[in-house]
Amino acid sequence: MNPKKTFPKGGVHPEENKLSSDKPIITIPIPKQVIIPLGQCLGAPAEAIVKKGDEVKVGQLIGTAKGFISANVHSSVSGKVSKVDEVMDHTGYRKPAVFIDVEGDEWLEGIDSSDNLVREITLSREEIIERVKSHGIVGMGGATFPTSVKLSIPKDKKAEFVIINAAECEPYLTCDNRLLLEKPYEFLIGVKILMKAVDAPKAMIGIETNKIDAAELLDKIIKGDEYYHGIEVQPLQTKYPQGGEKQLIKACTGREVPSGKLPIETGCVVVNVASTYAIYEAVQKNKPLISRVVTVTGKSVKNPSNFLVRIGTSSTVLIEAVGGLPENTTNIINGGPMMGKSVSVNDFPVIKGTSGILLMTDNEAQPRKVGNCLRCGKCIHVCPMGLEPFLLCRLSKNNMFEETEAERIMDCIECGSCEFTCPANIPLLDYIRYGKSKTGQLIRSRNQK
Amino acid sequence: MNNYTISGSPHVHGGESTKKIMYSVIIALMPAFLFSIYYFGFDAVRVTLISVAACVMVEWLIQKFLIKGQCTISDGSAIITGILLAFNLPSNIPAWMIIIGSIVAIGIGKMSFGGLGNNPFNPALVGRVFMLISFPKAMTTWPTPQPLFSNALTDAVTGPTLLGHIKEGLAQGISAQDLIIYENIKDFIYSGSLGEIGSIAIIIGGLFLIIRKVIDWQTPVTIIATVGIVATACWLIDPVQFVHPMVHIFGGGLMLGAFFMATDMATSPMTMKGKIIFSLGIGALTIIIRLWGAYPEGMSFAILIMNAFVPLINKVCKPTRFGNTVKQ
Repeated sequence: MNPKKTFPKGGVHPEENKLSSDKPIITIPIPKQVIIPLGQCLGAPAEAIVKKGDEVKVGQLIGTAKGFISANVHSSVSGKVSKVDEVMDHTGYRKPAVFIDVEGDEWLEGIDSSDNLVREITLSREEIIERVKSHGIVGMGGATFPTSVKLSIPKDKKAEFVIINAAECEPYLTCDNRLLLEKPYEFLIGVKILMKAVDAPKAMIGIETNKIDAAELLDKIIKGDEYYHGIEVQPLQTKYPQGGEKQLIKACTGREVPSGKLPIETGCVVVNVASTYAIYEAVQKNKPLISRVVTVTGKSVKNPSNFLVRIGTSSTVLIEAVGGLPENTTNIINGGPMMGKSVSVNDFPVIKGTSGILLMTDNEAQPRKVGNCLRCGKCIHVCPMGLEPFLLCRLSKNNMFEETEAERIMDCIECGSCEFTCPANIPLLDYIRYGKSKTGQLIRSRNQK
Repeated sequence: MNNYTISGSPHVHGGESTKKIMYSVIIALMPAFLFSIYYFGFDAVRVTLISVAACVMVEWLIQKFLIKGQCTISDGSAIITGILLAFNLPSNIPAWMIIIGSIVAIGIGKMSFGGLGNNPFNPALVGRVFMLISFPKAMTTWPTPQPLFSNALTDAVTGPTLLGHIKEGLAQGISAQDLIIYENIKDFIYSGSLGEIGSIAIIIGGLFLIIRKVIDWQTPVTIIATVGIVATACWLIDPVQFVHPMVHIFGGGLMLGAFFMATDMATSPMTMKGKIIFSLGIGALTIIIRLWGAYPEGMSFAILIMNAFVPLINKVCKPTRFGNTVKQ
């Protein structure tokens, strides 16, 4: 393996709390009803093509992508559509969704739902990208950006590296780690498919050294088989936000994505572990994205676990499966503790971007007293983008958005390292997010003129 | 159906707090405090206690009756100002002067700007310089140390500090070599304010803060190195006019200023680049004032002058942005 690398600027090291890293993935039985939101990706929600009373099978298309940045939605179960209505998803907003009452487990014809490994990649570049698009694959690390868009390289650009984001730098989450340990061959074939899709000669799997067992396993498989030629395991220091796209590229290749540009500027295409696995299933087994691995965890949770879940399963099912909601639970977080979003209810459907459900009790998530800014400069020191969070916070507070733009507020990746470090407990990121949305409006309205 | 807390990410915190930082500084000041008790006896305790009590009291009164805000004294920053102010005072100074100094330090130096974090100047130094100008005699007459357990007379002898003695001697045309022969030095080496003596104790406290990551090592090292290099150069050129550099490094308030005052978060720049410029400025100004200025001691003025430049330094010394190479 290569020597350990990391991104050079900023970063923090929160308590790792990988409570479920040695818990094998358990398949959750198909529930009686699933609620499949139509907006599961960044961009426009899909449009429903089924109506009340329709019979659907597993893998059947139920929502079609609308627009360039959008993704298809498939049924994760077989049964009858009971209604197409709105449901409150993890964002707290009511969004359109398809409600399906489950009957049996009947798969659409042409989908290989067996566990057989398919090594040979028969599809062409274009066919792979088309398959990724039609099978509704999105970034499963949480951002849910449609993967097919990422794989469509602009004509004047050339992809040199496929970088697999296996950093899993979020504390608590272990779903990618388990997937690598339990499905290494499928995952590595997925990497080969990606290399073919973007025509990149090399692939790097960036993985933090707190998952050294997974890194060693992959390294052994790669070295033992000429088939995986071109793939490299790149161990990374356990430091947050190692899995930030720009940080990961910097750590693996030493290249910096220019401000306001996409990773392809540096010749890199970054894809998440779970997405890579989903791409394997879509391309080799013709299986749309209808299930994913979810880590359900928390310090007070009886039995933190990793589950293989059909999309649309209610979070209550998963919370029951880890031993119920702990007493005094105050925060339910969709995702990890650094970038996840808190949810106001304990009943929301699992979607493609749900990497984890974190339950925190009152003694972990106490609101902290906000004090004066000490001007200690710790936020500057930990900012991986080289910004000045205290300044962005102050400017946003005073609605000075010309200034926030000049101070590069749009570069902020919202990793939260600043707020994590602030001794005065100032909600820096809350103000910066507000400033970002307002600055974004300002830029858009200027561009329209 | 239950409703749960909605809050923006991140949902966890590193655990560092203003209180922890402030109490770490107080702990770091303890070795120097014990050292001062050893050399000045219970006068050191008297001065420090009055100063701390006055500073905390002033902050509490202003916060309660003028600002009408939350009580902030528990963060410990007023205690630090009190200790640092006391460390800048001679041990025989009358109580009422200390109280006036504390009122100026906290009232004018800190609370008038809005309290912790908003003050442009180091409050303890504001208080100290105010006292130096207002009570020049009391502030520059230093009692010769009366170490505990020694058989010295109870009536303290007073005199100038080593740096003051050298300044005066050079002005009278006595050569630097004659001024610091050992017999002379013995009387002065431990003369000075509470915090000026015991460089070792201050360094121990400073190291604790560096290890605890409350302060960085670059600031004190740059200041001490700047003073040391200039002093050495002058001494090598003309040993008659300039004293040995060690006198400058270990004499006066250099150590206290370098470790505990120039590193004050609110009044120092935020980026490392800025901190280095700031420290170079302090070092240079200190040695210029000491060698060619009217005062024997230049640390407090140097820090206050550089404090005034901090907003400008912060504006100029931005951190290197990620992905800076191409900006559209």
